[in-house]
Parts: sequence; structure tokens; C-alpha cells
Amino acid sequence: MAEPGFTLIDDGRAVEVTHGAGVERAARAREAGRPVAMDLLERAAYLGVAAAERAAALASLEAPDFTLPDLDGRLHTLSAHRGTKVLLVAYASW
Amino acid sequence: MWQATYEELRSFGFTIITVALDKSPDDARPWIEAAKPAHPSLIDTRHVVADLYNMVNVPTIVWIDARGLIVRPNDVAFGTDTFKHLTGLEAAKHLGALRAWVRGEAAPLPDARRRQLQPLPTETDQQARAEFGLGQWLFARGRGEAATRHFERAGELAPHDFTIRRGTMPMRGVDPMGPKFREMRDAWAKAGNPYYRPLPE
Repeated sequence: MAEPGFTLIDDGRAVEVTHGAGVERAARAREAGRPVAMDLLERAAYLGVAAAERAAALASLEAPDFTLPDLDGRLHTLSAHRGTKVLLVAYASW
Repeated sequence: MWQATYEELRSFGFTIITVALDKSPDDARPWIEAAKPAHPSLIDTRHVVADLYNMVNVPTIVWIDARGLIVRPNDVAFGTDTFKHLTGLEAAKHLGALRAWVRGEAAPLPDARRRQLQPLPTETDQQARAEFGLGQWLFARGRGEAATRHFERAGELAPHDFTIRRGTMPMRGVDPMGPKFREMRDAWAKAGNPYYRPLPE
């Protein structure tokens, strides 16, 4: 019988691994100082980004880059706007 | 909300990027279709930007200069006075400062001051974001009940993070404008905490 599967969500991407490999990699990420959220019933773990890494990036004052879709699914990247001033606005319907 | 400001200032080498921290494009769609923005208007269901910039509520604005450097860290500002009756925050003050910066009439904050004002996440904040991330992934796969467990855990870890506590309400079947929200906000205020955290003068 095949070993039951497990989903690891790392850097926003989900990969399917065996249950054993998933739990093992989640434990290693935790040892490496990364935040890990795990759900053994759902057989999934989310590997986040360590506070130290985020803090170092923000303390450098360099604006963290990102790529996100618009309503039509077209992707936009912050750094493509280098050379212009940018007002970044996070909002929500809630 | 921001289209008029974009039109006014775009000729100075300026753009606006709005990012909706919503559970689906359809939640943000009515707002975007009403505003008809000519600037990028993006959807961030996974709260990528909140994680990268350590944002804990909306609206949060950041000024980024032409070199790609943060010159005004996480601040609270509205593009119009539509919600002034609810928030008590006026758009004009920020707009005045923004105009002066974009037109090159005023220098942004000095580096040392920016570093001092830039909020940095703690390990607990990042654990909360991981719980949110797992919850959001589960929610997107129709695992609402499991998602709620992780959203609630995230909110316990980071009670100051309303992108989590309020932002997950629509994914937990809770009205984010309703009594549960007001109860949460009032309890938070009663404990002496601000719901909005604009930069100090």
C-alpha cells in the first residue's frame, strides 16, 4: 500500500510529498528557525519566513519585491516601476 | 479611492499600486470596477504584501522612491474621506505630504528616522502568518472548518494583526462589519490599544 501523501506549502507553492517526508521537512524548517504551521489531520504544513529574515530585509529600507495579479489575472511586479515613485496601498473590502 | 490622486500626480514620475487583501478577486471586484483605476490594482489572497511589509491592518500605505527604497514606512491613509465618519481619519493631511514628496518640494524622512519608524515582525508575528497561510490554503481547498482552526490560532498569536483577525472573518462565516467585529474592536480599544496606528507626527 502506498504511503499516504502530505502537502508542503513553501514560499506559496504547494508540493506533494510522502507523509514521512513532509513531517521531516517541516521539523527541519522549524529547527532552522522558520515558522511552521502544521495540520496532521489535513496532512499539510505551511513553511513561513523567519522574523529575522523579514526584519533584516525591512531594516535595509529596500522595498521588498512582489508579483501579484490584477482582476484580469495579469501579473504586475513592484520592481518593474523602478525609476518612478510608488505609493503602495494595501486595502480590503472587509 | 486613489484614481484622482494618480491622475493628478502621474506626470511627476509617480504611480500608485493598490493591493486588495481579500479572500478572492470577486470580493475586491466591485471596489475596483467602481474606482476604474488606471494604475495597477492587484489582488493578494495570500497576504503576500502584508507578510513582506509587516502590515497589520488596512489601509496601510508605503512610499517607495525611484531607487526602490522605502521612504515612508507603514502608515495609515485614505485616498478620500468616504470612510471619515467611521475612522475619524482625514485624507487631506497625507495627500498634502504625498504631493510635496512626489513634486520634489519636500524631502522624505531621513534614513535613521525611517529605520526607527519601520515596524519589524517578531517570531510570534511570523508564526501567526504561517498559521494564516495554512488556513488560507485550506480555505481555498474547501476545508473551511480546518481553516478556521488555524485562523483562530493566528489571531490568538497576533491579537494586534487585523489583517488576520478581521481579514479572516469572511472566511470564517463572520460579518467583518457586524457585531463580532465591533466587539473585537471595542475590547481592543478598552485595553488601551489603537485600532489604527498612523505614524507619529
